[in-house]
Amino acid sequence: EAAYGQEMNIQFSDVSCNSVAQKIYVELNNTVPCVRLLNATHQIGCQSSISGDTGVIHVLESEADLEWPLSKGPNPPYMVLLESSLFTKSIMMKMKNASSRVAGVVVVQKTSPPEFSPHTTCPNENTGVYTETYDHNLAHCNTTVWNPRGNGLSYEEFDSPVFSLKEDNETEVIKQCYFDHNRVVNGSGLQYPLCAMQLFSHMHAVTDTATCMRRSSMDFSTSPVMVCDPLGGYNVCAFIRPYNSTAFGHKENESVVIAAARLDSRAFFLEDSTGAEGSVSGFVTLLAAAQALREATQEAPPTRNILFAFFHGEVFDYIGSSRMVYDMKNNMFVIDLDNVHSILEIGQVAVRSGTNLFLHSDPVSRRNNTVHDEVGVKCFYLWHASLTDFSQPLPPSSFQRLLRARAIPGIVLADHQTDINNRYYESFYDNAAHLNLTYPSNLSPEEQLEFVTDTAKSLTEVATAVARALFKQAGGNNSQVNKINADPKTVTQMLYGFLVRSNNSWFQAVMAPELKDILQPNPPQYYVGVAKSSHQANALTYLVQYLLANLTGTATNLTQSQCKKPDELPNESTYLYSYLWVQGVVPPNSTQRESFCVRTAVRLVKAVSPAFDLGDYISKEYSTWTKSQWKFIKARIFLVASRDLEMLTLGVGVAVLFTSLLVTYFVRTKADVLFSSVREPNNAAY
Amino acid sequence: MTAAVFFGCAFIAFGPAFSLFIFTIAKDPLRVIILIAGAFFWLVSLLLSSLVWFIATKATNAQDLTLQKNLLIFGSIFSVILQEVFRFAYYRLLRKANEGLAAISEEDGPPLSVREMAYVAGLGFGIMSGAFSMINTLSDSLGPGTVGMFGDSQYYFITSALMTLALTMLHTFWGVVFFEGCERKRWWVIAVVLCVHLMVFSLSLLNPFYVASILPVYAIMLLMAVWAFFSSGGSLHNITLLWTCKTRLKPI
Repeated sequence: EAAYGQEMNIQFSDVSCNSVAQKIYVELNNTVPCVRLLNATHQIGCQSSISGDTGVIHVLESEADLEWPLSKGPNPPYMVLLESSLFTKSIMMKMKNASSRVAGVVVVQKTSPPEFSPHTTCPNENTGVYTETYDHNLAHCNTTVWNPRGNGLSYEEFDSPVFSLKEDNETEVIKQCYFDHNRVVNGSGLQYPLCAMQLFSHMHAVTDTATCMRRSSMDFSTSPVMVCDPLGGYNVCAFIRPYNSTAFGHKENESVVIAAARLDSRAFFLEDSTGAEGSVSGFVTLLAAAQALREATQEAPPTRNILFAFFHGEVFDYIGSSRMVYDMKNNMFVIDLDNVHSILEIGQVAVRSGTNLFLHSDPVSRRNNTVHDEVGVKCFYLWHASLTDFSQPLPPSSFQRLLRARAIPGIVLADHQTDINNRYYESFYDNAAHLNLTYPSNLSPEEQLEFVTDTAKSLTEVATAVARALFKQAGGNNSQVNKINADPKTVTQMLYGFLVRSNNSWFQAVMAPELKDILQPNPPQYYVGVAKSSHQANALTYLVQYLLANLTGTATNLTQSQCKKPDELPNESTYLYSYLWVQGVVPPNSTQRESFCVRTAVRLVKAVSPAFDLGDYISKEYSTWTKSQWKFIKARIFLVASRDLEMLTLGVGVAVLFTSLLVTYFVRTKADVLFSSVREPNNAAY
Repeated sequence: MTAAVFFGCAFIAFGPAFSLFIFTIAKDPLRVIILIAGAFFWLVSLLLSSLVWFIATKATNAQDLTLQKNLLIFGSIFSVILQEVFRFAYYRLLRKANEGLAAISEEDGPPLSVREMAYVAGLGFGIMSGAFSMINTLSDSLGPGTVGMFGDSQYYFITSALMTLALTMLHTFWGVVFFEGCERKRWWVIAVVLCVHLMVFSLSLLNPFYVASILPVYAIMLLMAVWAFFSSGGSLHNITLLWTCKTRLKPI
């Protein structure tokens, strides 16, 4: 009873739940872990042990300071806390090799280094078109290394957990705890208790995709337990003249020009993927071009159709584009490869030196004269961009997957002539600051949305050029070309929404009411994620779908119930169009939104690697990337006591137990001597 | 704080109670029953007193910390009083049960003396009280961390275990003394036991000044041990007898 009072007296700040655990642990809530991904041959990423990894916190100050956790420190294992400028390959590899002394790594995001790319030097080298058989000299980036700054950190395997923290209150608590308890004073030993951290990120899947898929299906119960999930999502596609969406296969006398861009990106910590130059620059330009083409193609439709294709999952061995090519080859898409006339892909276009734009083409297919001529024609349409060297291969792009299937003429538009200009390719630092997206400081968020930045102006020029080239390539009337102009206001609003804050008034207006919660005060996340079995896509896919619908579709005056079932109306058809009910703007003098129904040709097409449909988990042809499942991921900090104190406690406990056993036995045997009082004669034993 | 601390604290807190149970109670089923019933009585007293405290906290402002602290102290004092009341109630119950057991027993007279029942009942109270104080803390001691992040002392687990040990033994001694006092109609004994119990409770309020709380509590425990020894029929003469018995046995 006294102890009950004692316990409740010490912790008085919250009377609701006085648990001892609250005195010991501080849970860290805003952490981003590095997780395990698997493909046909490898597992990459990080793993902790099943009961978490504990280590004494050590804040790394420089690379030389690494000696302390690796060799000099007296209390291993250590949990190393790094700032982002120290998050380099050499430091990480040294810690990986000393895994008995380093329990885990925590990266605190602060200033960005001058350049950093954790991706490989030759992205997607095995699933592009440049294989040994296609052209021996161009395979494996022999002629041009596209990402020379790449250190391959994202594709390494770590045995210990690696977490990422933002610089906020929680990080302050950790640093305070470190300074109070762990700092070395005058080179002498450290005083217990020490501040420690425990990270839990145990991954269920091991070895490779084939192993984890086999283990997933071995469970014979009615609800199968998956150990890993395939990566994938949805591609966003829109034709200028839509086809009947239920009629698959070849369409007679139809010739389509594909305009492609990539949607996704990644970083070392997958949930923190930005991707400003890597993917946003490309698809925002394509969205602006689609808007620019809308009027001209409605007034004077060109002879060829144009397909706007936004591919998802391209970072992980071209998931989206390989799926589309597979569907086209197997008559599961509305057109097939014979209908494709040519392709114009927009790569990374935001970091231009001056006004330079470059056109990349594939030298091998251009050895064929018809292809060569077609490419020449395309280049002519983009006359103010320059063609790259004839012998240089294509950069990593979705076009490579189409080339694998058929020699189609095509061009990739980029801001780099040889290797990429992106210093932060597929890393967390490829964000708005990298694109110099700066706003004057006195603007409110809504004013920032409308402000036209220089980056926006530069991308608008590219979008205009792309739109005009597409129009001419599709056989449009030359006299209309000069009317095609991209709108800088749209471009700057899109850049704001995708790189600064997705919860703004314009995005709110174009989204559906049931999806408005995906708009956050941060930019959306660009990692492709796992393919969900329900028809749910991630936030980025929905944003691009609804934006494309707004920019290329038509507003109708259908009511909400008509919008759900438009087939009952005479002029509407769900075979050709999809009907989306969107929120609309809030007029100035009211609080109710003017929602309306948009008729659009935009569709979401499933983008999961064909390897999973075919059951070929060791495929060399298609992407086999999967993500491991886990039970929980968390991090917490606490103090640890010295080993001596623990052993002392155990020793005292054992001593007390033995002493009490001896004393009790002794007293019991001598009880009749010790307690000789008036006793009933029959009661023999005490 | 890992398995070493878990086992260490568990042995400290429950070691003596465990050894007492094994050597003196486990073989006799009647004693086991009285032990468990005693534990149950203690539990009921705690339940009723915590109900009172709970109603009091819900009826008042939860944000006012001094008021909540005072309510806690009031609740604990009420709990102490209620525990002694239940101890008395258990005494009456055991007396009645003893008469009934004596009537149906084959031997002549009751199977257990009042002294034995006193000891077993006290131990029952002690074990349950110790379990309630310590189990929660023990389960948290199994994790890798120790107390201290928010400025508490790092000796929290050891001192909790020591307090629990003291409390268990104190309840045992109080049981012996209390029943003996009731038997001899010495009502002042009950008042003294109640006062000592309240004194121990108020010493525990001095935590985390462990020196000021644990040492006096152990001193009180030793005094109570001596009193219980004398009131259950022991004497200095018996202790000297013990020595001479030992020396007499040796020459053979």
